[in-house]
Amino acid sequence: MLQDQDRIFTNLYGMHDRSLKGAKARGHWDGTAKILQNGRDWIVDQMKASGLRGRGGAGFPTGLKWSFMPKESDGRPAYLVVNADESEPGTCKDREIMRHDPHTLIEGCLIASFAMQAHACYIYIRGEYIREKEALQNAIDEAYEAGLIGKNACKSGYDFDLYLHHGAGAYICGEETALLESLEGKKGMPRMKPPFPAGAGLYGCPTTVNNVESIAVVPTILRRGPDWFASFGRPNNAGTKIYAISGHVNNPCVVEDAMSISFEELIEKHCGGIRGGWKNLKAVIPGGSSVPCVRGENMKDAVMDFDALREVGSSLGTAAVIVMDNSTDIIKAIWRLSKFYKHESCGQCTPCREGTGWMMRVMDRLVKGEAEVEEIDMLFDVTKQVEGHTICALGDAAAWPIQGLIRNFRDEIEDRIKAQKSGKVTAAVAAE
Amino acid sequence: MLRRLHHEQPESFAFTKANQAWVEAQISKYPEGRQASAIIPLLWRAQEQEGWLSRPAIETVADMLGLAYIRALEVASFYFMFQMQPVGSVAHIQICGTTSCMICGAEDLIGVCQDKIAANPHELSDDGKLSWEEVECLGACANAPMAQIGKDYYEDLTAERFGEIIEELRAGKVPVPGPQNGRYASEPLSGLTSLTKYDSGKTKYNASVQLATDIGDTVKRIDGSEVPLIAPWRDKGANHAPGASKVKVAAPEVAAEKPAPAPKKPAAPKKEAAQPAAQKKPELLDAAREGGPDDLKMIKGVGPKLEKMLHGMGVFHFDQIAGWGTEEVAWADENLEGFKGRVSRDDWVGQSKTLAEGGTTEFAKKVKKGDVY
Repeated sequence: MLQDQDRIFTNLYGMHDRSLKGAKARGHWDGTAKILQNGRDWIVDQMKASGLRGRGGAGFPTGLKWSFMPKESDGRPAYLVVNADESEPGTCKDREIMRHDPHTLIEGCLIASFAMQAHACYIYIRGEYIREKEALQNAIDEAYEAGLIGKNACKSGYDFDLYLHHGAGAYICGEETALLESLEGKKGMPRMKPPFPAGAGLYGCPTTVNNVESIAVVPTILRRGPDWFASFGRPNNAGTKIYAISGHVNNPCVVEDAMSISFEELIEKHCGGIRGGWKNLKAVIPGGSSVPCVRGENMKDAVMDFDALREVGSSLGTAAVIVMDNSTDIIKAIWRLSKFYKHESCGQCTPCREGTGWMMRVMDRLVKGEAEVEEIDMLFDVTKQVEGHTICALGDAAAWPIQGLIRNFRDEIEDRIKAQKSGKVTAAVAAE
Repeated sequence: MLRRLHHEQPESFAFTKANQAWVEAQISKYPEGRQASAIIPLLWRAQEQEGWLSRPAIETVADMLGLAYIRALEVASFYFMFQMQPVGSVAHIQICGTTSCMICGAEDLIGVCQDKIAANPHELSDDGKLSWEEVECLGACANAPMAQIGKDYYEDLTAERFGEIIEELRAGKVPVPGPQNGRYASEPLSGLTSLTKYDSGKTKYNASVQLATDIGDTVKRIDGSEVPLIAPWRDKGANHAPGASKVKVAAPEVAAEKPAPAPKKPAAPKKEAAQPAAQKKPELLDAAREGGPDDLKMIKGVGPKLEKMLHGMGVFHFDQIAGWGTEEVAWADENLEGFKGRVSRDDWVGQSKTLAEGGTTEFAKKVKKGDVY
């Protein structure tokens, strides 16, 4: 297990001084100007060497992403946009950074912006996080007041403005180009790519969009060195990670630990075990709502990182672990996700707009068992027709949970349909 | 999902003075010419002030940002946090119903709402004080189940505690938000498993709850006086005009050179409003001439609303518009509230000339057939 001295977010629960003074006492904002004086290439190289992969779900290498930004400006300004639109069901990690350890993020914004020649950075926070928005803005005000950002930030000679912008309750705005549309004051409908944001993003200017956690770990990585960061986790899955565990564990929580920690250790150490013991574990969604669920018995020995979870047919996503015990109606749990995606589809692409509704309505009937067994295959087929046929990944995200359900719990769906047909009431139905 | 304007709308909307100042500070966050970016924060402030988003509020915000009303309406109807109908006078309660909360008991919370508030979402309670809805994941999953009431999250709820909270709200009290089961934030309930030396308990509450109790505006309608307005990017920032970077690279022991921040003028494209073209007020009439006004809707670009506006300004006939020169067009472009620039964009003068002479246009034909309005 990770030791406290190796944790980046030392005030994750906000129990310590949350002000700038407290942040400095914990080592943040230490020698920031010197980090900048090492130059842009040095920063990008260090980030590449650290092996940090984006913490927003896709796991794209952060240093590599930064290197896509133009080296020389063609006259257009460059922007860093921080994706704080944390809306993936199950995910509640960035909230803790922004309200309790906001200076990690602000310092990261300065350094990352400098590395990309961006003089302005927008943080796009989801609208529902009202107090988090206030807490983060207070911290930004403090940083301006102390000269850490603004004109001549940290006395480094670099001018840097940090603006906090908020959304108003649209999951799709977590998609990077939809976020840019929203930030420009439009409906959050994703853009076709290419052009990629690094070529033409916010206001048509070169832009990089990064997750809060990816940016907030940057200052500590640069201070302690990429080797330190890379020493946690397996190769290609480096670093520490904030996990958010919700659902049927004894103590749900948000906690920072090493990548590649085993699922069992994560649950036992931090969450007090599965409710009712490991035998009671039915299924786990290991990375937020968009990733397929995994049967409990396959999950117990799994390792929490990008590559290992792919091997069990899922993904690390945002490391938002949703644990479901045997009392859960798993079909209904996945139906609720289908409802979520139907609600949140922006309506731009037909396969997603129509498909999410279609999938939800079939799921409706599967929950009740009022369907034919053949419809399971038909549903699977529909998910395949939505997946990969839309501008953004919301269509894929809507398809995968259902595919995971059918792959892992087909027996349960069939049982329910048969029980409904024969008039027998199963325990699961009776419990509703 | 279909979301429309409410059938009953108030007469007017205006930001309070303090909110207006706040709004102006927000607009300055965006580069010149990109003020449209501020639309979500502005609409949200309007909703915070009134409780819901009315048509006059949407139109006021659109006018402030120089946007066509439809652009503002489509934003208002796209984002689900905007309430398009009146909500409970005390509070609107939003239950997170997505999977993590659902498997932890969100359906029981919805049952409490149906029991204590109203049978259907968005329906006002009998006393008009409360309303509720089920919303998608609010991002506090480790504290499930939870609900957002006004600005604040009430977490780790049970049906029983939630019922008490509703009754307290009804009685005019505001229960302390945050975890309701004794947790501080999102740490394990049984005690810290990490960061133990940081359990110093320096403040009573976690950051969210501390702000809520300090400001005390959980369910308040915001008039802008709650917190002092601070906008450091305006006086301490480069404000979209950064000087050339003076960072001295690879000199670890030497302090960086003093900067010479000589802010350049923003190179953003100049807006028309900044450099107004020469304008001249055209001749206007007090009322339509005998025989009544022409059907100005035959001009492409003029709808029923614009027609009404034109009548209000004193424009009733095609020949009036047909006689406008560049200066008059510039005046009209500038004075069509919410439709700035429409006159030149759609070549009203050219169209009016044809129509005034008794001719017709493709668009006018369609209007006559009744295909348009």
